[in-house]
Amino acid sequence: MSTYRIQGDTGEWEVVIGLEVHAQITTNAKLFSGAATAFGAEPNTQVSLVDAAMPGMLPVPNGECIRQAVRTGLAINAQINKWSRFDRKNYFYADLPQGYQISQLYHPIVGEGAIEIQLDDKNPDSVKTIGVERIHVEQDAGKLMHDQHPTMSYVDLNRSGVALMEIVSRPDMGSPAEAGAYLSKLRTILRYVGSCDGNMDQGSMRADVNVSVRKPGEDLGTRTETKNVNSVRFVMAVVEQEAKRQVALIEDGGKVVQETRLYDPDRNETRSMRSKEDAHDYRYFPDPDLLPLVLDDAYIEECRASLPELPDAKRQRYETALGLSAYNAAVLTADVETARWFEVLLAETATKANKPEAEVAKQAANWLISELFGALNKLGKNLETSPVTPAAGGELLALIADGTISGSIAKQVLEKMLETGDGAGVIVEREGLKQTSDTGAIEAAIDGILAANADKVEQFRAGKEALFGFFVGQTMKAMQGKANPGVVNELLRKKLG
Amino acid sequence: MTDLTDLGIAAIRKGVADGEFSATEVATAFNAAVAEAQGALNAFIVTTPEKALDAAAKVDADRAAGKPLGKMAGVPIGMKDLFATHGVQTTAASKILEGFKPQYESTVSAKLWDAGAGMLGKLNLDQFAMGSSNETSAFGNVISPWRRPNDTAPLAPGGSSGGSSTAVAARIAPAATGTDTGGSIRQPAAFTGIAGIKPTYGRCSRWGVVAFASSLDQAGPMARDVTDCAIMLEVMAGFDPKDSTSLDMPVPAWSANLSGDMKGKKVGIPREYRLDGMDPDVAKSWDDGIAWLKDAGAEIVEISLPHTKYALPAYYIIAPAEASSNLARYDGVRYGLRDLPDGAGLQDMYAATRAAGFGPEVKRRIMIGTYVLSAGFYDAYYTQAQKVRALIARDFTRAFEQVDVILAPTAPSSAFALGEKSADPLEMYLNDVFSVPASLAGLPAMSVPAGLDRSGLPLGLQVIGKAFDEQGVLNAGLALEARAGFTARPEKWW
Repeated sequence: MSTYRIQGDTGEWEVVIGLEVHAQITTNAKLFSGAATAFGAEPNTQVSLVDAAMPGMLPVPNGECIRQAVRTGLAINAQINKWSRFDRKNYFYADLPQGYQISQLYHPIVGEGAIEIQLDDKNPDSVKTIGVERIHVEQDAGKLMHDQHPTMSYVDLNRSGVALMEIVSRPDMGSPAEAGAYLSKLRTILRYVGSCDGNMDQGSMRADVNVSVRKPGEDLGTRTETKNVNSVRFVMAVVEQEAKRQVALIEDGGKVVQETRLYDPDRNETRSMRSKEDAHDYRYFPDPDLLPLVLDDAYIEECRASLPELPDAKRQRYETALGLSAYNAAVLTADVETARWFEVLLAETATKANKPEAEVAKQAANWLISELFGALNKLGKNLETSPVTPAAGGELLALIADGTISGSIAKQVLEKMLETGDGAGVIVEREGLKQTSDTGAIEAAIDGILAANADKVEQFRAGKEALFGFFVGQTMKAMQGKANPGVVNELLRKKLG
Repeated sequence: MTDLTDLGIAAIRKGVADGEFSATEVATAFNAAVAEAQGALNAFIVTTPEKALDAAAKVDADRAAGKPLGKMAGVPIGMKDLFATHGVQTTAASKILEGFKPQYESTVSAKLWDAGAGMLGKLNLDQFAMGSSNETSAFGNVISPWRRPNDTAPLAPGGSSGGSSTAVAARIAPAATGTDTGGSIRQPAAFTGIAGIKPTYGRCSRWGVVAFASSLDQAGPMARDVTDCAIMLEVMAGFDPKDSTSLDMPVPAWSANLSGDMKGKKVGIPREYRLDGMDPDVAKSWDDGIAWLKDAGAEIVEISLPHTKYALPAYYIIAPAEASSNLARYDGVRYGLRDLPDGAGLQDMYAATRAAGFGPEVKRRIMIGTYVLSAGFYDAYYTQAQKVRALIARDFTRAFEQVDVILAPTAPSSAFALGEKSADPLEMYLNDVFSVPASLAGLPAMSVPAGLDRSGLPLGLQVIGKAFDEQGVLNAGLALEARAGFTARPEKWW
C-alpha cells in the first residue's frame, strides 16, 4: 500500500525496511544479577560479581524481566512460547566481561505478533499492519570510555547485564514514514505496558535499521543494517539516505554488500562499519548455566490480566464513547502520560461541572490540545513539568462548562494560572472575570455600538450578513470579554432584525 | 594415642566431641604433615595453616562453651583450588589466575566452614580441571604417594583432583573436596586407594566454583572411606538459589541411613564395559566386586548400555565446547594475568594474555570447543553430541528399570607413571572411558578401593546409581568396602 518510490535513472525503486529494536526492560535489577540499573550513575557502581564475570559466578534469571517480556508480547497479540531457552553469543570485546552475551537465538520467549500503524491520524484508511517476527530477552554490554586517558580506554560495566528485549519486525515497511510510525507506535505500546520507558536519548530504546531496495515486483535486494539509531527522526533519515545510496550504487553498476553500517547524524549519512566477510562467528549454543524457561497458562493469563488498556483500544473508546475526533483521540493516546493526564482532567471536569464525562470530553480534549499544549510549549515545558495540574485544569474547564467564564476569558485565566500557580476560581474572583448575562448592561453596550456604526447597520440590513460577527466582536470588546456570548447573540439578532 | 593424621572425618569428629583430643591438636598435626610432604608431593598450591588453626580454635571454644558442634567440627580439609575462597588465592592451577584473591566464598566451601571444617590449603589440580594425571597444572605436577615396589618413578595421582587424592591417600588431609566433570573425583580416588563420590548433577552448588563444563561439573567429597564421604557430602550438598541448575530438594541423611545390606537389590553389570584387551587385573577386580555384592545379598543382572562407545567422543565435544565459552572471561581486562606488549591493541592483549596464561591442554580444549561450535560444524559435532548424550541418558534410564545400581571398574588401569601418557592426548582421554557415561547422564557415581593390582597399586570399583539415589550408591559402596578389606596404604617415602 505504500506508494513511496525512489526515482532513479533507470526508473522507480521500492524500499524494504525491517527494524530490530532493542528496548531496555524497566526493572530495578539486571537480567541475571541483582545489581541495580540506575541511569547516569558513577561508572562501575551498578556492578555485581556476576556482571563483572568473576570466576565461578552464575546467572539467575530475574523474574520481573521475563514477566515484562511476556506482557509486551501479549500487548502485540504475539504467540507466547511456553518453552524458551537462553543461548550464548560468543565474542571478545572489552565491554563484554563474560566473553559472551546471554541471548535467545533458537527459542525466543515471544513469537509472531503484529503492530498496527496509522500514517495519517485523520485518515482511517492509512492503517497498515506490520508483522513482528519475535521478541527475545538478552543482556546488554558495558561501555568503553575513550576520553578519560590519553593512551588507555576505560570500561564502565554499569550497563553490563542490563535486560533488553530485542523486538524484530518483519520487513513490512516501505517508506521512511512507515518506519517512523512503527517505531513511534512500538514506543507507545512499550510505555503503556510499562516494560520500557522508551527514553531514546538515554539509550533505553534503539533500533537497528535493515534497508534494501528493489524494482517493484522483484525479489528482495541485498540489505544493509545500520546499527544503534536512537531517534524516530534518525530512523527515517537512515531509511531515506540508505535507500538513495543503494539506488545510486546499483545504477552505477555497483552491488550492495551485506554489511553493518553506522549513521552519522551530523553529516546525515551512513558509513560502513564491517562487512559480512569479517563478521563474527558467534558460536551460539545453549547456555549450560541456565535451565529452559517454562511458562504455564496460569502465568501467561496473569500477565495478560495485568495489562492496562492499550493505545488502540483507548483511541477507539475515545472516539466512540467520548465522541472525540479521530485526530484528537490519536493525539491524546499517542503517549501513555498524555492519556493519563487527560483522563484525570476529564474526571475532574466532569465532577466539578457535575456533568457526565461524555458531555465535557470534547471541551477537555480541545482545551488540552489547543490551549494547554500551546501555552506550555511557549514556556518550554511539557505535561510532566506543567505548573497546571489536571485537577486545576478541571476546575478551569468546569467554570467554562457552567457558564461562569467564556472561552476567551479562560485563555486569560490559564495565563494567570501558569504565571501565579493560583487556581482558576481564585483568579476569576480576584480579577472580576466572571461572565455577565445581565441583559441590561449588554443591551446598553449594543445600543452604543449600533449608534456609532450606523453605516454598517444599514449595510447589514441590506443583506451583508457577514457583518454580524463584527457586531459580536465589538460588543464583547466593550464588555471586556465578560459577556455571555449566547446572550450577546440573542440581543444583537433582536436589535438588528 | 593413635597418630591423629591416621584418622578420618568420623573419628576426628568423635574424638573432638568426646574431648579425646582438641581440634587444635588435629589441625596442628595435619599442618605439620602438609608442610613435611609439600616439597615431595606438591599436593597444595598454597597452604593455609593459620586458617586450619583458626577454625580449630573456634571449634575448641564452642565445645568449651557447650555449643553444638557442626558435622565437620574439628576436621581440617584440603580445598581443591577450583573453589573460590575469600581472600585466599584461587587459581584453577592456571597462570592466568595467579595471584587472584576472590572477594567471595564458594557456596560449597562456605557450607564446609560453617559445619566446623578448617582449611589446610588450596589443593593442586589439572589446569582448569582439564586432565587425568595432574600434569597440566601451572604449579607443577602432583606426585602420587604410591610407588611401584622397588621403583622410585613418580606416579600420577589421577586427575583432575590429583592434589585431593594425594593429600587424602598420603594422610596429610583426612578429606578433601573434589570436582568431577568426566571422572575427576572417581579416577584419582581409584588411583590412590581412597573413596570419592560425584553426586547427582545439581546436588552441590556450582556457585563460586571455577567453571570447566557447566552442564557436567559437579563437586563432591574425597575421603578415606564411604562413611566419611557420606558425612561430607551431606554438608556440601543443598539447594542454592544462586545456581539455576541447583537441585531444589532436601538433603537426605545419607550417613545415618548407611547400610551394606544388599538383600533384594539388583546390581547391573554392563556388557559394553567389558572391553577387548581389558587389563586382566581390572577384570579380576570387577569380578571380585560382583562376588562381594552377591555376598552382601544382591542379585547380579547383566545389562546393556548400548551407546557406551559413543560416550567418550560426545564428552570430548560437549565439555570443550562449554569450556571454550566458559574460559572466554579470562581476557586480561578485569583480573588475573594481563600481558600487554608495547603498542598492543585490545586484540593483541587478548592474544598475548591467553597465550601466556593458559597451558597447552587448556588451549587444546579451547581450540576443540571453538571448532565444534563454529558455523558449519555445529550440527555435525555439537548437536550430534547432544543427541548422543540423550541416548546415553536413556540407556541408563532403561537399565535402571531393571536394576538398582550398576557396578563397573572406575578406570581402565591402575596409576601410570608421570609422562607415560602426557605425549598422547587421545590415550590420556581414554582413561575416562568408564567414568564419562555417568557424567553425561548426570548420575551419582562413586569409586571405592577394591584392592591392589599385580604391581601393588590400588584399583577402584565404581558404583553408578539412579538420579538422586546417592543413598543406593553409598550403600553399595559400603558393601564393597566391607568385603574388600582394603587396608593398604602408601609407604611413606617423603
